[in-house]
Amino acid sequence: MAQAKKTQISMTVNGQPVEGLVEPRTLLIHFIRENLQLTGSHIGCETTHCGACTIDMDGMSVKSCTVFAVQAEGAEITTIEGIANPDGTLSVLQEGFRQMHGLQCGFCTPGMITRAHRLLQENPNPSEEEIRFGIAGNLCRCTGYQNIVKAIQYAAAKINGTEFKEAAE
Amino acid sequence: MIPGPFTYHRPESVADAVKLLIELGDEARPLAGGHSLIPMMKLRLATPDHLVDLAGIGDLKRIVRDGDRIVIGAMTTQHELLASETIASCLPILHETALLIADPQVRYRGTVGGNVANGDPGNDMPGLMLTLGADYTLEGPNGNRTIAAHEFYQGAYFTAIEPGEILTSVSIPVPPAGHGHAYEKLKRKIGDYATAAAAVVLTMAGGKVATCSIGLTNLSETALLAEDAAAAVIGTTLDDASLKKATEAARAIMNPAGDGRGPPEYRKHVGGIMVERALRRAAAVAR
Repeated sequence: MAQAKKTQISMTVNGQPVEGLVEPRTLLIHFIRENLQLTGSHIGCETTHCGACTIDMDGMSVKSCTVFAVQAEGAEITTIEGIANPDGTLSVLQEGFRQMHGLQCGFCTPGMITRAHRLLQENPNPSEEEIRFGIAGNLCRCTGYQNIVKAIQYAAAKINGTEFKEAAE
Repeated sequence: MIPGPFTYHRPESVADAVKLLIELGDEARPLAGGHSLIPMMKLRLATPDHLVDLAGIGDLKRIVRDGDRIVIGAMTTQHELLASETIASCLPILHETALLIADPQVRYRGTVGGNVANGDPGNDMPGLMLTLGADYTLEGPNGNRTIAAHEFYQGAYFTAIEPGEILTSVSIPVPPAGHGHAYEKLKRKIGDYATAAAAVVLTMAGGKVATCSIGLTNLSETALLAEDAAAAVIGTTLDDASLKKATEAARAIMNPAGDGRGPPEYRKHVGGIMVERALRRAAAVAR
């Protein structure tokens, strides 16, 4: 089949209205990284396994390598670039990842934080098991997850105004 | 990992979607959540010239109780199933199974309709729908028709859907109050398809199995209804001898492929174990 006709799309990304002209086969992650130049969301496996490309779309965590940009017409999207506080300081989740050493190489981190952001919106006080189940779609090959779980627990404690206590290992 | 080119269509009604599928013919595919189709397109195992996105059709997203049945619109996501009080109270096995499908991100996008209509033997919902005695509603150029799940699956990725038809809803008879249920799924890791899985819905009376239905996932070219295995436990107390008969009867109809999840012999072996575990757990929660 010949090159498909390009389609005009518009959506809101990190609070800003954006638009672009894309081929229907353009994946949302490519639109975000290449057209919008927001390269915080990473491309890991490209096969819906690793979660590095996770973004928030209309209140859902989505692997943006498995959505066509045209499917996101009219959507409200948040990427890792939109997670920090409006004044530019780190959000509690970002602070948690920093304080608890929730990353080593950092490749999975944008997806992890974006996913954890939605998890805490839905369940502000998750158990350790709920955190592990909730981030099961995000792979990290460095940390063994322990410090990522702690980082999310740190953020949950800050959100709930409770004291964060590190569990004994 | 970029799919082949295609033209994108986003109709606003089922009638328009059917019309498009008829006009565009074999080279068009309906798009639901896309979490089976898009990966296939990236691998160029699917190269449709046209995608007809069903996301713009509002009335395909619903969970309603209709008398003694639950009707689920095809575009209802696994995440929406998990959030539904109706599903949790009337069809707890559906809630349990949805939790075992893929991972959170995939469950936000993946739909019930896509899962049952794709015909992938690895999908979890077909075996469950066989077990629950569900019907599917298909809408096509000649109107609606209803087909039982057990008549729907003909081979791997081969179903009773005719050209131009769209699966629009699933209708499930509500199992009796106090029924026992379990979905046992062996998988290598979260997100994987089943190495072997078994669904059981049963009722108990006076310590004996009164009714029983058993479905199998990823143990043949299609999901299977293990009728002889179910018959082997009806009227029994699920004693060891009856469980053995049931697992043997279930293994007799299994015909799994060998793949990264193990050779056929292994998958049949663990398939029997899934049947036994599901029977025991279902009986334990039955009242």
